[in-house]
Order: sequence, then structure tokens, then C-alpha cells
Amino acid sequence: MLRFFLIRALRAFMTIVLVVTFAFVVLRLSGDPALIIMGPEAPPDAIIAFRKAWGLDQPIWIQYLSYFGAILGGDLGISMRDGQSAISLVMDRIPATLQLTVPALILKLMIGIPSGVYAALHRDSAVDRGVMAGAVIGFTMPSFVFGLILVLLFSVTWGLLPSGGRDSWMHAILPIVTMSIGGAGILARFSRSAMIEILGQPYMRTASAKGLPWRRVIWEHAFPNAAIPIVTITGFMVGTLIAGAVVVESLFSWPGIGRLLVVSVSNRDLAVVQCILLMVAATMVISNFVVDILYGYLDPRLRNNQARH
Amino acid sequence: MSATNLIEANDLVKTYISRKGLFGTPTHVRAVDGVTLSVAPATTLGIVGESGSGKSTTGRLLLGLEEPSEGQVQFDGRPMPKLKSNAWRQLRSRMQLVFQDPLAALDRRIPIGTQVAEPLDIHAVGSEKERKDRVETLLQSVGLRRDQASSYPHELSGGQRQRVVIARAIATNPDLLVCDEPVSALDVSIQAQVINLLRDLQETRGIAMAFISHDLKVVRNISDRVAVMYLGRIVEEAPSEDIFRRPLHPYTQALVSSVPVPGTALKDRIILQGEPPNPAARPSGCAFHPRCAVAMERCRVEIPAFVSVEAGRKAACHLVPATSET
Amino acid sequence: MPLVEISNLGVAFSGVPVLHGINLTIEKGEAVGLVGESGCGKSVTWLAALGLLPGKASVSGSVKLGDEELVGSPREKLEHVRGGRIAMIFQDPSSSLNPVLRAGRQIAEAVSLHQGLSGATARAEAIRLMDLVGIPDAVRRFDNYPHEFSGGQNQRLMIAMALAGKPDLLIADEPTTALDATIQAQILDLLISLRQETGMAIVFISHDLGAVSQICERVCVMYAGRIVEQCSTEMLFRAPRHPYTRGLFDAIPRLDAGRERLIPIPGTVPQAGRMPAGCAFAPRCAHSSEVCHNQVPTLSGTDGWATACFHPLEEPGAPGPSAHILVEKVEFA
Repeated sequence: MLRFFLIRALRAFMTIVLVVTFAFVVLRLSGDPALIIMGPEAPPDAIIAFRKAWGLDQPIWIQYLSYFGAILGGDLGISMRDGQSAISLVMDRIPATLQLTVPALILKLMIGIPSGVYAALHRDSAVDRGVMAGAVIGFTMPSFVFGLILVLLFSVTWGLLPSGGRDSWMHAILPIVTMSIGGAGILARFSRSAMIEILGQPYMRTASAKGLPWRRVIWEHAFPNAAIPIVTITGFMVGTLIAGAVVVESLFSWPGIGRLLVVSVSNRDLAVVQCILLMVAATMVISNFVVDILYGYLDPRLRNNQARH
Repeated sequence: MSATNLIEANDLVKTYISRKGLFGTPTHVRAVDGVTLSVAPATTLGIVGESGSGKSTTGRLLLGLEEPSEGQVQFDGRPMPKLKSNAWRQLRSRMQLVFQDPLAALDRRIPIGTQVAEPLDIHAVGSEKERKDRVETLLQSVGLRRDQASSYPHELSGGQRQRVVIARAIATNPDLLVCDEPVSALDVSIQAQVINLLRDLQETRGIAMAFISHDLKVVRNISDRVAVMYLGRIVEEAPSEDIFRRPLHPYTQALVSSVPVPGTALKDRIILQGEPPNPAARPSGCAFHPRCAVAMERCRVEIPAFVSVEAGRKAACHLVPATSET
Repeated sequence: MPLVEISNLGVAFSGVPVLHGINLTIEKGEAVGLVGESGCGKSVTWLAALGLLPGKASVSGSVKLGDEELVGSPREKLEHVRGGRIAMIFQDPSSSLNPVLRAGRQIAEAVSLHQGLSGATARAEAIRLMDLVGIPDAVRRFDNYPHEFSGGQNQRLMIAMALAGKPDLLIADEPTTALDATIQAQILDLLISLRQETGMAIVFISHDLGAVSQICERVCVMYAGRIVEQCSTEMLFRAPRHPYTRGLFDAIPRLDAGRERLIPIPGTVPQAGRMPAGCAFAPRCAHSSEVCHNQVPTLSGTDGWATACFHPLEEPGAPGPSAHILVEKVEFA
């Protein structure tokens, strides 16, 4: 058991290191923070002073090492733009993002899984085809297109809902719906195919042949098996709770992590960008880990797969 | 052993590493545990056994598709070359495998004629025209029509697909054919067609065969000699005539007795208790002793040697006396 | 009154008929074998009777369990019969049990459905059944998952589950095909002794003539969706009269015979939807005549022997050598 955790932890750590390194290199190579923050008209000695103050005059690998050393010491740096600590800047935005992503995740599950299961149970019916068509549209249409359509209908044409900002719960409705639609489509498709595969298994015939009512055959015998692949996808979606809102937050001017990320990237505000990436990677890694544990719970075959030849 | 054998295996051992559970410590499983056998040209050795007996692994070791952990395979008087070496690749055309599921052995997107020609292309046999003729002759010799060369696997029945697999296997005129449950997936009326085909091919081409199967009736019909395996070891080997009429090893007796024969009551038969043990947890002494009705104290502690017990017969049982000549 | 009476049962998948009017009666406590190759309709007959076929199948004719008509009856009624009066076990025991549910729970589920027990009493009854079918250490193994049992033990668990409803009829659909030889013998032995103890009837579906003869008094041979021969096991093995049955006997190698060449049945089973006119076996039959190619023979006969053939073989056509294996007893000193 200990071995298992150690391997997982090491892998998680490597993932995070890779993400941070990648972000560092890309951001450093794509523009000089001093120039971008001070502006092109700034006097040259001010720029030099800025570079010196932030250590930007050092060779890149020294910058990288000192940055990394700071992270290991728990210091995520301070924003180059307003001198606040990066972590507190990010933390301030988290509640706003979660206000969108958590309800959106619940909505995805509530729409996606039942409609997928229903489609599987009524395979090749008109409802099945309708659901699948909807699912394909849902996850192929980019969220900004879908969001714009919603704004056009509900805000501009009918004036029912606000089109941006974060003043009341009404403001959250359109972003949440926009964000849910793609995930719901993906979940519907996955649930449907998982369910169809399980329904064809011999043990489903056994469950019917022993006289179990149809409803119980589906929910007690089929669904626990179908849940295994569904959990994988859901786990992936949990992993995007922090970072999944970039486009939608920008579209609806919602002051969450996503917008902070966009602003910080365009400013080359490295400390903030890296702080966000670190959190994103951490959520991904943790949700993956939880999925692995859940697998063992859902599928007893993975718990102790004794060798049988 | 005599020099006339096409293939000889001496004390073959194949060990796999298996981990119990996600967190367990790795254990060594001896899937094949000291197998010695030989096949003479134009004869068939039947290898029977239940799941976990190591019969399929033995077949793969014979073909050199896996390297034995211990022991050696000699093909045509020479040791089996190293896996994936040039000499090994050249040997492929002389030994072929036919296994249970013909649909898995064939590529469903390629016409069967092309698939039968494949070994000819690989080993660059003849010109293109000659190869095409040869494919048609091969298809005919396994009882398919010439024009079926352009058919796809799904257009054929299960029996016809197995014929295609056999045609491909004999395309390079191999000396040895290892058949692993080749008729188990087929219906009885078709099974007989394929068995007859294999026997005809052996007769006309002098192919040596190792025929691995759990079906004793089929093995009885096709084999000259039969080896019975239990948990990685051969427990008895004898001519097909003798072993089914007068099995010596208690396991062979139970196995022969378990085949339902119309007219005999089940109650008269030996019904073994328990199941074959897991190779990872091999019982001490004779591996069969926990299920054996006549086991003695000695069977629990001492592994019986595989020795000659009568002319042309070998067995590994403390209760079957060895002949003095060994 | 017979236990089950099937009359003119027909099944079509998406309009393609696969079962062409089956007539079959099962008496109380009787053991009947259904023999035939894959696709002959031997399993479909019983899946249709219990309403277990997928939605694209259309079922016609009648299946009567006592006075109850099963074909076309509502789902609730069928669910009551399934696992209750008629239980069924299947070919591949390892994939017939739900991999994510504990084995004991799957049996207890059947117990509570059909005996109205719950909680600890259902568990106790499930353990008793596991014990009955020969699962060693049933109390401890109740909580194991199917993959922790061997194939033979999984089939025992399936049988325990089938016994939970105290069925009048057990449909055993190729219950030993996927198992090793020595385990096959164990399962056959178990079925025989359970039948003696409970008095339930058994329909034993198999392609293995030998296994069928161990268990059944009566045999029906099926070919391409029809019963072609029906008689007592003893008579069938003495002298099969339908050329197809005879062909099967000749095609199966025998343990007690030598290395004689087998006599295969030429050709292949016709595909459903591409049935020849007349007798479906005629294209493969050495005895066929003009009439065989034009007319479908009906199943008829006397003295408990029925054949669907225009040219049934005459009585002295006993297959092969004597049906007794000569295994000399070897005495151990």
C-alpha cells in the first residue's frame, strides 16, 4: 500500500514540475516582462532597474532555479504588477470561479448521465437519436459561440438575464449553463456507450433470468458496472474545476481565476501565472488520484487481481 | 534421445513473475516445470491437460516463441536459435502455429488469398505468378475453392476460416505444426472436417504435429502418442492406443473417466474432488496428491520422477513401478 | 397436465425467422436434452419462453406453464416465473455473474425475490445453498467476488442462485461447455444429485451428446430452428434415425475407438434467412430425394419416437462400436 502511494506521489510531483517548467520557459521566451509591464515608452534605466529588482538580468537557468527553490520553500512569489503576494491574489479569485464550476459540474452530471442511460435503454429510438444529436452539438460547439447565442437570446432579445458581471445569482445562470453544455454532451455519450456495453454482458441476462424487476436490473446490476468509465470522465472534469472557466469568465466578465489568468498572461506576470498553473496541476493530480482510489472501490477485480492462468 | 526426432525438449521450465494484487510482493510461477518430450517426423504428439496445466505455454516453447527459463529445445538436431535472431526468423518457415480462434488469427480487412500468400512473400518463395498459383493450390488442398481467394474472413464460416489459417500455416511446407485447440471453437460436424484435413495433410506432407487440446476424444483420434500434463509437468506419456485403454497415472484415469460416454452411468466414473490448484500455489510433493484417491505419505513430500514404466510408456507416479531399464 | 407445453413456438430476429414452430412438452421431474450445433435454436427456444430475448426478436406461438400462457404476457408476470418456477443457468459461468457484486449477495438477492426473506435470514439461506452446491467454507466466501472463484465454482454459484426459487424446471444452457473435463464431471454429478433431491425437471441444452446421455431420459435433436428427432436417450444412442443425428454420431471421435477416419457431415449449417426450400438438412444429406428439396418434413412418429424426415434410417443402424469404454482397472499395490 505504501509503495502504491509513494509511486503515485512521485508521479504527481513530476507532473507538477513539468507543468511549472513548461510555463516558465514558454512565458520567458515569449516576451520580456519588463518591457510589457513598464510599457515601450519607459526610460531604459527604469527598465534596467526593474529587471534588476526582479532578477530578470540573471541567466534564465539561474532564474529558474531560484524560482524553483522559492516554491519548494513555500514562497510562490509576488505579483510584478501590484506587488501583492501571488497566492493571495489567486485565493481571492477562487470562490468566484467555484461559484460557476461546481454548479456547472453538478448540472453536467444531472443532464449527461440520465440522458445517456435513457438513450442506451431506448437504443435506436427517436429519443436516442435526439439525445445523441444534442450531445454532439453540445460538445462540438465552442463555448464562446454557445455563450454568445445565450446572451443574444436571454439578455439582448428577451432581457431576462444579465449578460455579464457578478452582482447577483442571476448573473451566474448564463455562465453556468454555457459551461455545462459541452460536458453534459460528453457525459451523455460516455454513459450511453458504457451502458450499452454492459447491457450486452451475460450477467445482465442472469439478472433478468433470476426474476429481478427490470428497474433493479438496470440500477443495481448494470449501472454500477457502467459507472466505471463514467467516473473516469467525471474525474477529468473535477480536475478542470479551477481552470475550466477561462473562456466563459472572459465572455461574461466574471472575476474568477480564468480572467486573472488571461490578464496575467498578457502582462507576463509570471508569479501569478505560475501560481495558477500550480493549482491547476495540483487539482488535476488530486482528482486523478481520487479516481484511481474510486476504481478500486467500484471494480473489485482491480483490488486483488490474483494471477490465474 | 534418438536422433530421428524432429523436435526434442529437455527439462523445459518457464517461470512467470506474477504479483498478487496491486500491492503484493512478486512471486515466481512455474507455468512449465520440467517438461521433456519429443516429436518424430510425420507423427502427432497429443498434449492434453486442463487449464493451468501449462500445455499452451509448452506449445509456445516448442515453437521458440518464448524462451525457456531453463532447459533447451532442439529442432532438427540443432538448438533453437535466440528469439528474434536471423536464424530464428529463418526457422519460422519450418514451424507454424494454428490456434483456437481463426477470426483472431486473420486480418478482417485483407482478402484471405493475400493472407495465405503472406508467409510466401516474407520468405520470398518463387515469383509473384508462382506464389499466386501456389495460394490457389493451397486453398484447394484445404478444401476451399480457388475463387475464394478474394473473400474476406467474415464472408466465411468458422470452419472455413480455420481452413484458411491451416492453408497459411502449411504455405511454407513446414516440418512442424503446433496446433493449440484448433477445433475447440468449431461445431462437431465441422470439427470432423478439420480433423480429417489435418490428418490428410500430415499423411501427404509428412508434417510432425504437436496437438494441444482439452478434448480427449479428438486427441485420441488424431495422435500417435499422448502426453498428459498436470500443473506444468507431464504426468504420463504413452501411445494413444494404450493411454486411453489402460491409463496408469491416477490423474489420467480420472481424466479418461470424466469423458461422458453414452451408455455408462456417471456414478461408475471417477469424479475428482476439488479443482486443479493455482500454479502459483503448487502443492508439495506430487502436485496431484491433494486430489488423488490413492495418495500416500510419500506423495506429499517427494516429487515422483518421470520414468519409463513399460515399453514405450512413461509416468510420474510413486504407485506406478518403474521398469528396471531406466 | 405437463409442466411446460410449447406449441408452434416461432422466433424471428428483425424479420428473419430462426425458430420455425417448435412443439415440445416437458413433464414434471423429467430430464430432457436439447442437442444441436450453434445457431440451431436450442437456447433461443428457452430465452423466448422466458421473454429474455432482445427487443428486436418477435415471438409467436405458445408456451404454457401449467395453465399460464407465457408468450406475450406482461413483464411483471414473467419476472415472477423467471428464477421462480423456471430457473436458468448459462454456458460461461465466469461472465454470468456480476463482477462488481459479492457472490453471496447475488444469491441472497434471488432468495429474497422468491422466498420473501431478507437480511440475516436471506444471508443464511444463501449460505445454505452455497453449501448445498459444494462451495467449501461458504460462510467465509459469501463476501467474495465472482473473480475470486474458479470457473467450476462460479457454475456452482449459478446453480445455487437457480435453486433459490425452488424451481420446478431448471434450464441448463451448456452448463459444462466452458469447464475443464474433471470439473465438467463434477457439475454433471451435482445436477444429477440435485434433481434426485428436489425432483425438479431439467432441460439440458448441449452440443455434447455424451453429457446429455448422462443426465437425460429423453433427447430432442435440433437442426436449423426445428426439432428433427425426438425419442428416449437409450433409443437415440442405440439407433438414430434422422440422417443428421446419425451424421453427428459419425462425426464425433470416440475415446473407445481407434484412429479411424471420421465421417464428417459435408457442407455447413444454412444461415438463417438463407434457408433452402424443403428440409433444411437436404443439401447436406446423402439420403435426400426430390421431395426433401421441396417439402418441409413434419415431426411425426410412434412409440415415443418422432423424426422429421422423409427417409428415416432403418432400425439396425447402430452407430460405432459398443457404447462401453474399456478402461482396465489398474490395481495399486
